[in-house]
Amino acid sequence: MKVKFTVQDPCQIVRKSYGDPIAEDLRFVVKSVVGEENFVDMAPNRSNNYCCGGGGGFLQSGHYEERRLYGRLKDEQIKATGADYCIAGCHNCHAQIHDLSEHYKGHYGVVHLWTLLCLSLGILGPNEREYLKDDLKDVRVFHPESAM
Amino acid sequence: MSADVIKIGGKASRFLDKVKGILPDNGNLDLCLTCGMCSSGCPATGLAGLDPRKFLRMAVLGLDDEILKTKWAWMCTMCQRCIYVCPMKIDIPQLIFNVRNAWPRAERPKGILGSCDFALKTEGCSAMGATSEDFDFVVNDVLEEYQEAQPEFKDMQAPIDKQGAEFFLNQNSREPVTEPDEMVPLWKILHLAGVSWTYGSKGWGGENYCLFLADNDGWKHIVQTATDQTHQLGCRTYLNTE
Repeated sequence: MKVKFTVQDPCQIVRKSYGDPIAEDLRFVVKSVVGEENFVDMAPNRSNNYCCGGGGGFLQSGHYEERRLYGRLKDEQIKATGADYCIAGCHNCHAQIHDLSEHYKGHYGVVHLWTLLCLSLGILGPNEREYLKDDLKDVRVFHPESAM
Repeated sequence: MSADVIKIGGKASRFLDKVKGILPDNGNLDLCLTCGMCSSGCPATGLAGLDPRKFLRMAVLGLDDEILKTKWAWMCTMCQRCIYVCPMKIDIPQLIFNVRNAWPRAERPKGILGSCDFALKTEGCSAMGATSEDFDFVVNDVLEEYQEAQPEFKDMQAPIDKQGAEFFLNQNSREPVTEPDEMVPLWKILHLAGVSWTYGSKGWGGENYCLFLADNDGWKHIVQTATDQTHQLGCRTYLNTE
């Protein structure tokens, strides 16, 4: 299908907690799920990755304009990969990058890792696809008759 | 020559002293070489006319009043990339945290404040103010729906307060409150992996806005509530999805 994916290294899990080894674990899972040839890394990455701007309470701080300016670097990084989706394993990253994709009109998808794991296992139902775009919305739907 | 020469008073900087007190390994903030590695790789550089190096210099110069006038401390996400690239490992995010803490509580950003207060008012510590009763209802309602609609998962469980489970799993309030179907994929993965896990009626909220608010007591209360419940249930591992 040639759908390409990149991944956001969450600051909290990677740089601030477990370091590069868990970033490798994350890539092992992501590549196993989407196929190695469909994965593109951002630069810089792993412990050296840029924060997306969703952390530290920024999402709730009321400084919308500054939050998006902060996130421009992340948006440009993602666009440079040419990926159709950015995988976000953290809620704050997910909300922020989703907003960046719309605001800066990159229109790349932003998905939770659990969504792709279940999609690859063939157990992702029709109502669990909120963050999949048209390219994957109808792929391997588990129990399509249960669509709401 | 600049016409406006900054006068440095003799008083010690409160922020500098606080941060000095918690530096690891005999670190010293005066070791800042002003190389600019922090600022050149910081996404918050330029916001409100500041950057990490400038902010640190302000603290080193004792410009505490000026530091408290800017909102930059709320625009730094404390992501720690500045420490990662700093040759002297200077902890600027800790300085930011102390500056946030020095703001009068009521004047800190309303959104963060409100989310912290919601968490303190609910036994689940939900930043969206969801009660544990509602959480229980939503989880079980969604579970039953999926057990029926997808018979391969008729034995799938999403327990709350299951004694002796291996993992205590927290849950961001966003899913149960606004998009409950999004809870299901993780349940499925845990089910297929044969993992023994449980949510808790207390401390289930995965988010901790009191930490971001730099409200130390509130932050501690949330962590304590979750860990107490984890111990109470005899769970060996607290699994943080945040």
